[in-house]
Amino acid sequence: MSSVAAFESPASVRQALQARISSMQSTRLDEDAFPLLPMLRAVLGRGLRRGTVYSISGSTSLALALVAAASQSGEWCGVLDVPDLGLEAAAGWGIDLDRLVWVADPGDRWMSTVGSMADVLGLVIVRAPARITSAEASRLLARLRQTRSTMLVLGEWPQSESQIRVVSSTWTGLGDGYGHLADRHLELEVRQGQSAGPPRRSRLRVPAEMMP
Amino acid sequence: MTSTNARVLVVWLPDWPIIAARRRLEFSTEQPLALIHKGVVFACSSDARASGVQRGLAVREAQLRCPELLVVAYDPQVDARAFEPVVASLEDLVPGVRILRPGLCAIRARGPARFYGGEERAASTIHQALARADIAARLGIADSVFGAERAALQTSGDSPIAIVAVGTTRQFLGPAPISTLDDSTLVPVLRRLGLHSLGDFAALDRVAVGARFGQAGLRAHDRASATDRLSGAEHTPEIDFGASATFEPALDRVDQIAFGVRTASESMIDRLAKSGLVCTALRITVTSESGERRERSWSHPHHFSAADVVDRVRWQLQGSGGVTAGPTSPVERVELSPARVDTSANHESGLWGTSLDERVHHALARLHSILGHGSVSTPSLGGGRFLNERQVLVAWGDETPPAKRTLPWPGSIPPPAPATVFSEPRPADVRGPNGEPIDVDGRGTATAPPAWLALGRSPAMKVSSWAGPWPVTQRWWDADARRSAHRFQMIDSEGMAWLMILEDHEWAAEARYD
Repeated sequence: MSSVAAFESPASVRQALQARISSMQSTRLDEDAFPLLPMLRAVLGRGLRRGTVYSISGSTSLALALVAAASQSGEWCGVLDVPDLGLEAAAGWGIDLDRLVWVADPGDRWMSTVGSMADVLGLVIVRAPARITSAEASRLLARLRQTRSTMLVLGEWPQSESQIRVVSSTWTGLGDGYGHLADRHLELEVRQGQSAGPPRRSRLRVPAEMMP
Repeated sequence: MTSTNARVLVVWLPDWPIIAARRRLEFSTEQPLALIHKGVVFACSSDARASGVQRGLAVREAQLRCPELLVVAYDPQVDARAFEPVVASLEDLVPGVRILRPGLCAIRARGPARFYGGEERAASTIHQALARADIAARLGIADSVFGAERAALQTSGDSPIAIVAVGTTRQFLGPAPISTLDDSTLVPVLRRLGLHSLGDFAALDRVAVGARFGQAGLRAHDRASATDRLSGAEHTPEIDFGASATFEPALDRVDQIAFGVRTASESMIDRLAKSGLVCTALRITVTSESGERRERSWSHPHHFSAADVVDRVRWQLQGSGGVTAGPTSPVERVELSPARVDTSANHESGLWGTSLDERVHHALARLHSILGHGSVSTPSLGGGRFLNERQVLVAWGDETPPAKRTLPWPGSIPPPAPATVFSEPRPADVRGPNGEPIDVDGRGTATAPPAWLALGRSPAMKVSSWAGPWPVTQRWWDADARRSAHRFQMIDSEGMAWLMILEDHEWAAEARYD
C-alpha cells in the first residue's frame, strides 16, 4: 500500500491501480488460452480458449495451424479418427510429432476415447462423429471444461464455442499447365461464442513454406 | 627373474567352433563339417582336415577336396553362448576365469597351484574334471598368457598338459616363427626386416619397437618376450533376470492371467533394480495348453515398471482385438525376459519429476488396453516417393524405426505439404475439355489438358488451373515392387487443390490441400 500512498494526486493513484488491474488481467488471459501463431492472432481475437470446442469446416490446415504454437510450447496434442491427416503438413506447421498422439480408429468407443484423450492432452483434433446427441455433447463439454483441454472438431458440432468456416480459398503459383501450388489466401468467417452476433470475417495468407 | 606371481594357466578346447556348431545343430559327428565366414573356411573338423580342408580355403575348393563336407555359416554368438557352461564348470574348480576368446580362457596359476599342491596337479585336476563333463581340454602353464597359450596349442591328445618351467618362457617362445603373432599387418613387415622368429623380435629394444610400431608393436613385443600379463575383467557369471508364471490349470481369461503374471513381473523388476538396472525392452513368451508358443518383443519409451509389464502381457494376449478379446486357447505359461537393460542411472527422473509426461503415458497405456494394441500410435515422418509412404505410425510404446527421410527421394513434391493425405488413394476421373479421357504419352506429356475432375461418384467439377505431369518412378528393376506414375496438381472450381496421380492409366487423388 505504501507505494500507492506515495502518490499525491487521485488521478495518478487511479492510473497506478488501473495499470495493476490490466497487468493482472493480461496474465489471466494468457492462462486461459493456448498460444497462437502470430498470423492467426487476427483471426481469433480472444485466442484459442481452454476447455471448449471449436468447430472448423473447410480446412484441415487451419486446425493444424491452430494447434502448432501450443505444440511448440510443449503441449501434448492428439488426433482422433482423422486417419488421412497429412503428417508432413503437421510437421511443416511446427507441430512436435513426438508429442502427438494418434488414434486412428476408436471403433464404437468414440466418447470414452475422446474423454480419456482430453484428460491428458491439451488439444485434440477430432473428426465430427456421424451422430452425437446434444446430451453427450454437453457431457463432453463439461469434461473439457474441467480438464481445461480444447477440442478442435473438423466439421459440425452442436455446442461449439466458436465456429470457423472457410468462405473462400484461392491459390497462387499454379497456372494453366505450369507452376506449382504456392501461397494460399483464405477468407474465414469466425463466429465466437453462441451469441447471435454477426460472424466476423478475416483474411489469412498461408505461405507455402512455414518453417525457415 | 620372473616370480611365480605371473604364472598363467591357459585352458584350450581344440576345434571349439566345430564343437559348438555340432552342439547347436545336433549333427552326427561322422560327417565332416566346415564353418564358413566371409566365403572362406573359418574352422573345420578333424576328419575334414584329414581330407585336406584347412582354414582360409575358399568354400568351393574345400568342397572339391572333401565332397561330403557339410558347410555351415559361422556364428560367433553360438560360439560364445556354448562356451558359457564350460566356463561355469571351470569356475566350480578355480575362481577368476578370463575368457580370451570362445574356446580359450586363462586363469592365474598361482592360486590353483597352491591349493592343489603344484601346477602339475592343478592342471591334471582341471583336465580330469572337464573330461568328466565330456570336454576334451588341453592346458598350458607358462610365465605369460601368450606363452601358456602356445604351450597349450603344442600339446597333443595323449599328453594334454604342457608346463613351461619358471623363467624359461622366453626361451620356449624364441624358436617359434614370427607368424605365430597372428597380426596380419605387423608380421609381413617384421619378416621383411629379417626377423623370422619370436626370439629375433624379442631381442629388439622395447623402446625402439614402441617408437617404430606404436601400441600394436609394443603389444606384439610383450607377447614375444613373454612379458604380457593377464588383464581385463574376470568373467562374472551371468544373472538370469527372466521370470515366468505357470498356471495350473491353464487360464483363458486375460485379467486372470494378468493377475497371475503380476508377481513374476514384480520380482523381475525388483531383481533388475537391485543390480542397478532397468529394462527398456522385453520379450514375452506365451505358451498355451495346445503347445502353441507366441513370442513378441516390446519396448518402452522410458523403462518398464512392474505394471507396464503386466500391461504388455495383457496387450499381447488381447492382440489387436480390444478389451473383449482373449487368447485363442488356455494359457499355461508366461515367460518374461528382459531383452535390453540399461543402468538405472541413465533413467532417473529429474528433481522436479516428469509428472505430466508420466500422466500422459499412464492414460495412453490405459487407452491402449481398452482399444487393443496398435490403436494408439505416435506418428513420425518416413521416407518414400509416395505421400502415404512418408507417414509412419508406430504403436505407442514401440520403438520408432530409423527414418529414411534424409535420403534424396527424387520425385517428391514442392511445399506446401497437403494437409490431407489419403492412406488409400481415392479413385477419380479426369477428363479433357471435350470429355475425352486423359493419359500421359511416352514423351511424358498429357494427351489433353485436364478440364473436368470427378472424385468417386460425385459430379464432375471444372478444373480452373493445373500443372503436370510430374513423373514418379520407383524400383524399375524390381518387377513386383516397381511403380511408375504421373502427378498433377489441380484446383477445382470451388478453390480446393488436389494432388492427382495417374498410375496404370487410372486416375486417383493422392492428397488434398485443404
